[in-house]
Amino acid sequence: MADPDRLDERLAEIRARHPGSQPEVVADVVRAVLATMSGDLSGQETSLLAEVEALGHTIACAKAEIAALRVDDITDNHIPFATDELDAIVEHTATATNAILSSCETLDNVASSVTGECAARLQDATTRIYEACSFQDITGQRITKVVATLKAIESKVAQIVFTFGGSGGSVATKVDALPAEAALLNGPQHPTVAMDQSDIDKLLASFE
Amino acid sequence: MSIDKSMNVLIVDDYKTMLRIIRNLLKQIEFNNVEEATDGAEALGKLRGGNFGLVISDWNMAPMTGLQLLQEVRADAKLKSTPFIMVTAESKTENVVAAKQAGVSNYIVKPFNAETLRDKIEKVLGHG
Repeated sequence: MADPDRLDERLAEIRARHPGSQPEVVADVVRAVLATMSGDLSGQETSLLAEVEALGHTIACAKAEIAALRVDDITDNHIPFATDELDAIVEHTATATNAILSSCETLDNVASSVTGECAARLQDATTRIYEACSFQDITGQRITKVVATLKAIESKVAQIVFTFGGSGGSVATKVDALPAEAALLNGPQHPTVAMDQSDIDKLLASFE
Repeated sequence: MSIDKSMNVLIVDDYKTMLRIIRNLLKQIEFNNVEEATDGAEALGKLRGGNFGLVISDWNMAPMTGLQLLQEVRADAKLKSTPFIMVTAESKTENVVAAKQAGVSNYIVKPFNAETLRDKIEKVLGHG
């Protein structure tokens, strides 16, 4: 297979020698030369060349369509808008959760000033509220995962457009190698597949 | 022998609301000497500068994760015997195995309830 770096160098040299040349013109010239060779080609070779030409046309159309996708809209507007909205959700739920916790702490203080069944019932109720408020942590982690996914999509789309559309601009092409522990940082699992506390207790007990 | 509830407990989580929830749940079971840290590095500094009888830590934090904190604690001659409970949403088998291999005392998956927290604390402090 040809060395792509070497090929790029040669193409750059040719472009430097012929600064006004157009790739479309080159294609026309190649097509014209092939037409003059038609008498020397077998039917199968002619058919194959026609297929290659059609394939080239399809690729050129695809490149033009991808280049027209306006990736700037995705990177400048859509993704930042979506991530800002998700950040706002986290902020609002945190504010609401803190308000609930403040009220709950007030109830706890009231519970400590009474005795008997009333105190027990109040504390039981506040315990349930504290437990329920942990939703904010779980939803926050899930939203963080969604934001990471959106950023990954943004990067992939930009890379595709850069590769096929040639619209310029720098695109990160390499993903940093992940440290070993990163594979263990997945956040909350979907409840239908996640291990629950009893599964974890059994797993831990198996080490004893 | 009863549990010494006057011991210092360090809770570590990058979500302030989670710290508040755990602090309140601990208060309900009469652990009142509770300090907070929002990542592993801050927690390690507090552990080295204080006298804590129990660590309750989240896993997924930056720059130092709960697992790294656990490894640092177990590698520190002064801290290595401190009971360490991981409280995390990470519930995959490989997470539990990695935590156990690093020397975790117990493992609680989020969301959890007050009873689970109390039960695990009693277990790691020798009364389960």
